[in-house]
Amino acid sequence: MAISRDQVLYVAKLARLELGEDELERLTSELGAILDAVSKVSELDLADVPPTSHPLAVVNAWAADEPRDSLPLEDVVRNAPAVEGRMFRVPPTT
Amino acid sequence: MSTWEPVIGLEIHVQLKTRTKMFCRCRVGFGAEENSQTCPVCLGFPGALPVPNRTAIEWVVKLGLALGCEIAERAVFARKNYFYPDLSKGYQISQYDLPSCVNGNMIVSLAEGQHEIGIVRAHLEEDAAKNVHVGGRTGRIGGAEYTLVDYNRGGTPLVEIVTAPDLHSAEEAKRFLQLLRQTIVELGISDAEMEKGTLRVDANVSVRPAGSEVLRTRSEIKNMNSFTHIARGIDAEVARQIEVWESGGEVEQHTYDFDVGSGALTARRTKEEADDYRYFPEPDLAPVEPPAELVDRLRFELPELPAARIARVMKKLDHDRALVLVTGGLDRLWEATVAAGADGVAASNVIANQLVASGARPGAVDPTELAKLVDARERIPRATFAEALGKIGDHGFSAEPYLAMESVSDTSELEPIVDAVIAANSAQVEQYRGGKEGLLGFFVGQVMKETKGRADPRVVNELVRARLAP
Amino acid sequence: MSAVVDTLRLTAEEALALVERGDVSPAELHAAYLDAIGERDAELHAYLRTVEYDGATSIPIALKDVISTKGLETTAGSRILEGYVPVFDATVTSRCRQAGLSVLGKTNTDEFAMGSSTENSAYGPSRNPWDPARVPGGSGGGTAAAVSAGLAPWGLGSDTGGSVKQPSALCGNVGLRPTYGTVSRYGIVAFASSLDQVGPVAKTVRDVALLYRIVSGRDPADSTTVELSEPVELPTSERLDGLRVGVPRQAVALEAIEPGVRAAFHSSLALLGELGAELDECDLPLSFDYGMPCYYLIAPAEASSNLARYDGVRYGRRSDGATYRETVERTRDDGFGDEPKRRIMLGTYALSAGYYDAYYGQAQKVRTLLVREHAAAFERFDVLATPTSPTVAFPLGDKAADPLAMYACDLLTIPSCLAGLPGLSVPCGFSEGLPVGLQLVGPQFGENALFRAGHAVERALELDLVPERLR
Repeated sequence: MAISRDQVLYVAKLARLELGEDELERLTSELGAILDAVSKVSELDLADVPPTSHPLAVVNAWAADEPRDSLPLEDVVRNAPAVEGRMFRVPPTT
Repeated sequence: MSTWEPVIGLEIHVQLKTRTKMFCRCRVGFGAEENSQTCPVCLGFPGALPVPNRTAIEWVVKLGLALGCEIAERAVFARKNYFYPDLSKGYQISQYDLPSCVNGNMIVSLAEGQHEIGIVRAHLEEDAAKNVHVGGRTGRIGGAEYTLVDYNRGGTPLVEIVTAPDLHSAEEAKRFLQLLRQTIVELGISDAEMEKGTLRVDANVSVRPAGSEVLRTRSEIKNMNSFTHIARGIDAEVARQIEVWESGGEVEQHTYDFDVGSGALTARRTKEEADDYRYFPEPDLAPVEPPAELVDRLRFELPELPAARIARVMKKLDHDRALVLVTGGLDRLWEATVAAGADGVAASNVIANQLVASGARPGAVDPTELAKLVDARERIPRATFAEALGKIGDHGFSAEPYLAMESVSDTSELEPIVDAVIAANSAQVEQYRGGKEGLLGFFVGQVMKETKGRADPRVVNELVRARLAP
Repeated sequence: MSAVVDTLRLTAEEALALVERGDVSPAELHAAYLDAIGERDAELHAYLRTVEYDGATSIPIALKDVISTKGLETTAGSRILEGYVPVFDATVTSRCRQAGLSVLGKTNTDEFAMGSSTENSAYGPSRNPWDPARVPGGSGGGTAAAVSAGLAPWGLGSDTGGSVKQPSALCGNVGLRPTYGTVSRYGIVAFASSLDQVGPVAKTVRDVALLYRIVSGRDPADSTTVELSEPVELPTSERLDGLRVGVPRQAVALEAIEPGVRAAFHSSLALLGELGAELDECDLPLSFDYGMPCYYLIAPAEASSNLARYDGVRYGRRSDGATYRETVERTRDDGFGDEPKRRIMLGTYALSAGYYDAYYGQAQKVRTLLVREHAAAFERFDVLATPTSPTVAFPLGDKAADPLAMYACDLLTIPSCLAGLPGLSVPCGFSEGLPVGLQLVGPQFGENALFRAGHAVERALELDLVPERLR
């Protein structure tokens, strides 16, 4: 099950990874090999089998609508690469 | 030109007024300092985990019941993956293929009858944070120098309601939204105010030849911030699409922003991977399986809903009057007043206008007394009527003393007063007779003044006119 | 080396007794371990950073660097989190602090706990105390090497597909991957949420049980946690009469198992029989064929989403571009190493439009079958036994260039992880002078039975687990 270079590029866009040319090349072949191995799951006919997304059958884990203290600003922005005033600063979105 | 039928579906986002956010216990609210209502969970710090707000989960069930939905025995949160600075985790948590509520409907009353609008689903999700675009044309995305992010709003509980494409005019869409909003407000789960963004509406619009059952390509309109704008936006898009089809073109699937000022629709740019959200069940959250007792209790607690009440009021009144009564919380008083013998339209006018203006609390009003006043409103002096309405909310109020002050309509009593007024204003009499008939009101007013408002204005009117006749 | 205690041999239980009796103060104990680290960690690189004694009332502990520590840098072995200082403690960190434990430092890990050798750490590999030319296993190689080399009495790791059990086996420690949901994940830098579990690593089964007692139990901050169905028992018995042990035919048949590992495993089975256990073969027909493919779809899919938050906006390293999008793409390209990138790509692909059903959706269904076949096995058995790792510690660089060879290290640990079941790795012998681990898997909440079995094996074998070159 090979994956094409175009598919790898598309996935990299979705995942927001700016891959270099050599990385793109290497990943295309590595992902091809890994997909070959994992495609084994499609051998099984599982039409009637329900999916498992949680290994433990917990339901209705929720909390009461009671406010707790938020973080002080120094903690909010402590690790931020760029801050202006009380807000996080990022390059323009377009 | 009237051969085209608009087909409209709505996607409505309602911000719940819980005390805390959907998945953390930071407070929800406007006006706080930027990033003062944030914590590791809503900032998406490494290792932080979501814990659902129980009240939000109950409220979506409550809303679902009010919209006649089936309540899912098992609802599952999923992750919707995309990147944007206002999304702290790189995904939005939202119910997806197993939402809390499905298959409901709401009845919209139209002049031509009642129309059932299907509710496809109502589900819970979390709101995005707020981006502030700085520089360039301030506040606009295009040309901004940089963007600042305030995560206070991030994680606020939202309910998304999706209707079936059952609406066929902008007016119908507007009525549906007015009704939905009233329902939400009465359930006490949101302020649902479009100006504040606690109610947001996107419309999916297409047109088809009248009589056709086929759905044609639709476009989405966003960024409409009042019911009136929504109606205008829909009308504009419907007109645009009809023109495209009629000029032999093909409508393409697009998303448009509606510019409130110019009334123009601007297409948004699209990216090839824009819609590949890679939804999958959120592994950090357990499924929601609302216990039957909870659903039963919420069902039992539901008040009678606005849709049913509007339909009932509309048996006697037009839609606009019915809507005013119901949205004003006045319909129950109106019904009781009518039941006590008052005329429907008259009672509606009195209640929606004079009673509200008088400041009386509708709940404190005795409908039997109100019915007497409505009935007598043309027989008693206006001032007396106004005075009575001002006191109608008082404990133990009785209409009887006011009813006794019927207007003076006895001509033998009024004629001398009319004569005196005419005699005292000879200059105006000259002018009136010279053709300035607008002065009639002046004479009537003088008579009313002399009688301290007790004279029946219609009788006075006739008397004055007769006396002044050349 | 400090004369206070011999950290190479001191168990956590013994250390606790010393502190309780007042023979050694918590400060002296902390200092003794820092001395040992100073002496041996330049070679082993088990720690990414250490901390001075902060007034704690009990013995020290090492924490894998995926566990958030308030005020102390936490990188998950990644450049993208270089300099990131959490403003909150993980729940397990708080529980350790409440128990008086003193954090010695943060141990090395494969980047975002993705790997089986610790070679994927952005800060350089850790080395195996038994042979520094070999890997300590991974992803929690740092904690395992630290415990094995006397650089911590015990430690916490995180296990997604074997990251506690496999390095414990390769370094000669006891390691527990608990039942999914019994230990809070709050504050653990996430890899694959439906699989991640924090687990203890120590020199003895009783130490592991003690630490499990401290960190386990429902946490209101983690919606997927539950209370234990029974309290943790410290094992005492040296007999295993009546214990029903199943040996999965399909696991034992795997060619990937080295002869030396197979030999040690078979003698430990014989030992279990001598201790009174009833052994029989059992069938897990799908687990060892389909476990790996299933895991390498589910874990990367969840990882691709969990790692989306590293965008350079709120924390972590950022490489600026002209636009937000360019900044995110550059930040992630510069900040993530090869293995996280591979898994992000693989997982994004498995979830993308048109592929979900064939990959992620199908893997979730396979997972259902693995859950079912394990449940069926536990109708007949109390414990299942296999080797923990098909091989002993391998030389650095051996598998680094071949992702699939590295993935195969977890062939035996993965199936029970997918089923959410507890697994204990206990040293059961040596091959080529390197430790071999016995993996004991139990039903959900079956930790106490695993502790009993592991303890009896440990007592009967009386292996000297101090690396020969350090004795």
